[in-house]
Amino acid sequence: MKLLVCVSKTPDTTARIAFTAGNSEFDSAGVQYIMNPYDEWYALVRALELKEANGGSVTIVNVGPADNDTVIRKGLAIGADDAVRIDTDPKSSMAVAKQIAEFARSENYDIIFLGKETIDYNGAEVGAMIAEYLDLPFISYASKLDVNGSTATVSRDIEGGAEEVEADLPLVVSAAKGMAEQRIPNMRGIMMAKSKPLNVVAPVAFEDKSVAVSYSLPPQKTSVKLVDPENMEELVRLLHEEAKAI
Amino acid sequence: MVLIFAESQKGQFKKTAFEAVSFGYKTARQLGVECAALVLGTAENAADLGKYGASKVLHVADAALDHFDSQVQAAVIGEAARQSGATVVVVSATANGKALLGRLAVRLDAGSVAGVNTVPEGSGSFRVKRPVFSGKAIAEYEVRSDIKVLSLMGNAMPPEAVGNAAPVEAISVPVPAPRVRVKSVKRVEGIVPLPEAEVVVSAGRGMKGPENWGIVEELADVLGATTACSRPVADAHWRPHHEHVGQTGIAIRPNLYIAIGISGAIQHLAGVNSSKVIVVINKDPEAPFFKAADYGVVGDLFEVVPRLTAAVQAFKAGQ
Ligand SMILES: Cc1cc2nc3c(=O)[nH]c(=O)nc-3n(C[C@H](O)[C@H](O)[C@H](O)COP(=O)(O)OP(=O)(O)OC[C@H]3O[C@@H](n4cnc5c(N)ncnc54)[C@H](O)[C@@H]3O)c2cc1C
Repeated sequence: MKLLVCVSKTPDTTARIAFTAGNSEFDSAGVQYIMNPYDEWYALVRALELKEANGGSVTIVNVGPADNDTVIRKGLAIGADDAVRIDTDPKSSMAVAKQIAEFARSENYDIIFLGKETIDYNGAEVGAMIAEYLDLPFISYASKLDVNGSTATVSRDIEGGAEEVEADLPLVVSAAKGMAEQRIPNMRGIMMAKSKPLNVVAPVAFEDKSVAVSYSLPPQKTSVKLVDPENMEELVRLLHEEAKAI
Repeated sequence: MVLIFAESQKGQFKKTAFEAVSFGYKTARQLGVECAALVLGTAENAADLGKYGASKVLHVADAALDHFDSQVQAAVIGEAARQSGATVVVVSATANGKALLGRLAVRLDAGSVAGVNTVPEGSGSFRVKRPVFSGKAIAEYEVRSDIKVLSLMGNAMPPEAVGNAAPVEAISVPVPAPRVRVKSVKRVEGIVPLPEAEVVVSAGRGMKGPENWGIVEELADVLGATTACSRPVADAHWRPHHEHVGQTGIAIRPNLYIAIGISGAIQHLAGVNSSKVIVVINKDPEAPFFKAADYGVVGDLFEVVPRLTAAVQAFKAGQ
């Protein structure tokens, strides 16, 4: 099986979120970056498991500048065979999807995996866009995926439940919790990653149609109102009369 | 024209569809254009979408559309948008809506914004806002293409009734054969799914073990709430995965979020801090969650929660 895993670089979950350049850009000063957890824990690991079971290869693709190589090397340390970085700093989901789709178009991957969303922009758009560019089926929020011959059987999370679906390869799948268990790279993996191929390719031309132009922080809660633990009638009264929440 | 895809489930509309129509109506008014709803597959009461502002309802009745394949539905919605000359297409940011948004953007050569929670601004450029960084910030987007596609975040804007039933017009659009075959759809009956819930009762590691969840369920019951949990609770299989809320779980924004025995780690807060009212019950007065709470109770949850349940019961009985 020929598998492609799209990985993105996101700020660590504990990163301080602040903005710069007149609130028009994310302030990356002092921010630790990680591989987007959904890409790392679920998409990449499930791809590796499929390769282990069926043979084939797992390639990582990232759209971004050279700074992203650390995150890409981590994916190689976890077990991907090789990696491709498309050398441009994308400003929209569509920019990412367009670059990946144009790269993947002639490569004939059986499955293109990605995480269900990134934890920074939370858009969940890239998978659908890649699928549309390449005229492929797209199964989002997959929490279980098995491949039998040329058919994938997938359990897909929907509001309050799950859908069992089937589709023939090739296809695009976005991975959610349940798909696999996180793998921690070991020393050998980290050493081997250093010599695995990381190919840098040039981007295709693209013009953004939708861009974030300014950022703000949500209003902070004013101070908490403490209620006597013996007096839950008072909490109910406050929730009803003051907060109008019940 | 603003075209709103009103998602239905087994022929019925859910609140998210009414929210989308209401949002589409406000957007259309802002832009000074018409607004129509689009309904696919079996749909009863399609005319009711008029109540929320749709001046007409376009209906593609093909029953094949009752099964979701993003490729098929995007082709149909895209074609309907083209036929009707839509300049803005709105979907709900549901599991299905999110799978459609990106496809529609590519198909219609349109700029997209996922999970918006404000109506576009008046004149000049087309700008909308949405939460980013798992709710830790808000971004304003400018969409520069002629056609714009937006998904509306759930529970962001309550549907507002503004009109009467609208005429339903059957339209003819080719429906491609699906490549995704839906084998079964399972939904927990009788429970409002977390992303749509207005009241959520959530519990964490302070519960000590899964055998103690009875008090959480009782409180949820009397409040008509959906239950949720922190990540370690789901990871330990004390509760099912679909209850896990937070940055790497489900992001929710109910009217009322009650957090029981949850410390309030930054990753947990990220998924719940857009809740309108937050109540925290924790025995540790230093728990970080209190900083994000509207109401706090410092005490032992095993005593406080049953007391709260009784107080809610008494209140409901007196209403
Ligand atoms: C990359 C990453 C992603 C993550 N994503 C998420 C996520 O999506 N969602 C999430 O929830 N977490 C997430 N986490 C984990 C998060 O950092 C915390 O570890 C987790 O939220 C803690 O869960 P908890 O509050 O239930 O447990 P604890 O932090 O152990 O808190 C238990 C609380 O219960 C209180 N307590 C104990 N006994 C009682 C009692 N008898 N009465 C009252 N109070 C009591 C304690 O005072 C304490 O505050 C993530 C972490 C990482 C690194």
